[in-house]
Amino acid sequence: MSESAPALVTRSSGSQAARDGALVAPSRADRPRRRKADWRQRLEIALLSGPAIIVFLTFVIFPVFMAAYYGFYKWKGFGVPTNFVGLQNYLTIFTDKNFLDALSHNGFIVVASLVMQGPAAIAFALLLNQNIRGRSLIRVLIFIPYVISEVIVGTGWGLMLQYQGAVNSMLTSMGLGAFKVDWIADPKIAIWTLMVIISWKYIGFAVILMLAGMQSIPDELYEAAAIDGASYWKIQRWITLPLLGPTIRVWAFLSIIGSMQLFDLVYIIWGQYVASTAGTSTMATYMVREGRLAGNYGYGNAVGVAIFVISLVIALTYQRFVLRRDTEGALTGEPGRKRR
Amino acid sequence: MSQVALTTRVGSGRRRRHASASGATWGSPATYLVATVLIAICIAPVLYIIIGGFRTNSQITVDPSGWPSPWVVTNYLSVLASPVFWQEFANSAISAVSTTIGAVALAMMVSYVIARYRFAGRNAMYALFAAGLMFPLTVAITPLYLLIKNMGLTNNLLGIILPQIAFALPTTVIILVPFLAAIPKELEEAAAIDGAGRISFFFRMVMPLSLPGVITTGILAFIGAWNGYMLPLFILNNAAQYTLPLGVQAFSSEHSVDTAAVLAFTSLSMIPALLFFSIFERRIVGGLSGAVKG
Repeated sequence: MSESAPALVTRSSGSQAARDGALVAPSRADRPRRRKADWRQRLEIALLSGPAIIVFLTFVIFPVFMAAYYGFYKWKGFGVPTNFVGLQNYLTIFTDKNFLDALSHNGFIVVASLVMQGPAAIAFALLLNQNIRGRSLIRVLIFIPYVISEVIVGTGWGLMLQYQGAVNSMLTSMGLGAFKVDWIADPKIAIWTLMVIISWKYIGFAVILMLAGMQSIPDELYEAAAIDGASYWKIQRWITLPLLGPTIRVWAFLSIIGSMQLFDLVYIIWGQYVASTAGTSTMATYMVREGRLAGNYGYGNAVGVAIFVISLVIALTYQRFVLRRDTEGALTGEPGRKRR
Repeated sequence: MSQVALTTRVGSGRRRRHASASGATWGSPATYLVATVLIAICIAPVLYIIIGGFRTNSQITVDPSGWPSPWVVTNYLSVLASPVFWQEFANSAISAVSTTIGAVALAMMVSYVIARYRFAGRNAMYALFAAGLMFPLTVAITPLYLLIKNMGLTNNLLGIILPQIAFALPTTVIILVPFLAAIPKELEEAAAIDGAGRISFFFRMVMPLSLPGVITTGILAFIGAWNGYMLPLFILNNAAQYTLPLGVQAFSSEHSVDTAAVLAFTSLSMIPALLFFSIFERRIVGGLSGAVKG
C-alpha cells in the first residue's frame, strides 16, 4: 500500500526534499550524553508525530479495513455482524445490472473527461501562456468554478437546465427552440449534460496545471527555436507539447481517479432514484443508495471495497504503463534524479 | 482536495519563467476574443445564480434567462434575516475553522519530525501519509459513518471535523515537508548555540519561516471543509447541525417553487468561499503554478 500510485507521483520531489532535510538536521548521536539525547529525541518524535498518526489511522486507514471486514457479512449496521456470507455480496455486486450500468457510466465519464477537457485545457493554457495583459485576472476567473462547492454548482446548473429553465429559454430567444430538450431527465442526453457540468467545474484546474507545466519549460529552448526561425505553431508542437508530457500524464491520472469516485454532482442534481433512470448513476451513488439508504451496511461496505479495488487496479495499471517514465527516479530511489 | 496537493509538486524544482508585468503586451484581438468567451462560459452560471437572486419568481417564470427588472433585494434580505441561514453559516464556519487549525497543527508537528529528525521509520511515516491519498472518502464513508456512530458523534460537528482533519492530513503533510526541510541548518545550529532545543526552535523559528506553506495548506483545508458534502450528508441528520452545503440542498427542496429565494440562498452561501479565494488567490493559483518552493 505504501507504494500506491499517487504517492509515487509526489515522492520524486517530496521525499527528495525530505532526504535533503535529513542531511540538514544535525545528528544528535554525535554529541555527548548520547543516551539521554537519544531518549529525548524519541520522546519528541512520539509527541510530535503521535497525534497526527493516531487521527489519520483512526479515520482514514481503519475504516477502509473495516469495510473489507464488513463486506463479508449480511448486516444491517446494528451490533456485531454475525451473518457471514463470504463472497456473496461481491457476487451480487458484479451480477447486479444497476452496478454494471453505474460502472459503465464511470467508464464513460473517465474517457469523456480526458477527451473533452484535455485538448481544451492545453489550448486555453497556450492562449494564456502568451505574455498578455490581464493574464492573472483571467487565471483567477477560470479557477472560480473549481472553488465553488459541488452543491452550489449542482443547484445552480440544475435550475438552469430545467425544461422551463434559463438554458432552454435562451435557446428559444436565439431562435433555436427546436433544440430544446429535457437536459436532466432524458436518458439520451443526461450523461452529456453531466459531462458539460463536470468539464465546466474542473477545466479551470486543468488549465492552471497545464499553464504551470508550460511555465516550467526553460526559456532557452524557445529562444533557440526562435533563432532557428521556427514558427509559433512549430514551437508549440515540437517544444511545448513534448515537454508538457509529464504534466499531461499527471493531470490525466488525477482526472481518472476523480471520475471513478464521482458522487456529489450526480447525487445533488439527479438524486438517488433519477440517476439510474437518467443513465448518470455512478458506483458511488449506487453504493449510497444500496448501502446506507437501504440499510444494508454489509453490502454497502462491499461496494465501497469494489470501488476501491477497481480504482486501485486502474491506478496501478496507469502507473505501470504510463507514469512509469515520470516516476522512475522515485521508484528506484535513485538520489538526485529529477522528474522530467 | 488531494488532487490539489499532488499538483503543487508538478512544477517544483524547475525554473519558473519570469514574466514581468512591464513586458506584457496587448496580444492579438483573436486572443482576447477567445479569452473573453472562455471567461464568459466560466462565470456565466455563477452570475446567473447571483443575479437571479435579485429577481422575483414571476420574473423568473416569465423569462428564465432575463435580466432583473426591477431589481429586488427582498430575497437576499429574507435569507439574511433567517436564523436558519446564520445557524448553518456558523456550523460551516466552526467546521471549516476547526478543520483548518487541526489539520495544519497536526501536520506541522508530524512534518517537522519527517523533515528534520533522523530515525528509522521516517520514510515509512512519509509513505503512510502519501498512501493516504489513495484512500478517498468515497471508499471509507460507510465504515466511517459506523465508526462515528459508535463514538456517539453523529449529529455533532466534531463528527465531521475529526474525519475532515484526517483526510486533509496527506495533502498538508506532503506540501509542508519540503517547506520545513528547506529551512537552513545554520539557523538550527545558531539556535542550538543559543541554547534552544529543537522544540523551542520549532516554535520560534520554524513556525514563522514556514508561514507561506501554512497559509497555502490552510486555505486548501478551509475550502475543502467549507464545500464538503458527502461527509456531512452521512454524519449530520439533524437540521440544527447542518452545514451550508446541506442547508442549500434542504432549502432548495423545501422551497422548490420559490426559485428566487433558492438562488439568493445559494449565492449567499458561496460568498465566504469566493471571498476567501479572492483574498488568497495569489497563494492558491500561484501555489498550483509551482511557485511553492519545493
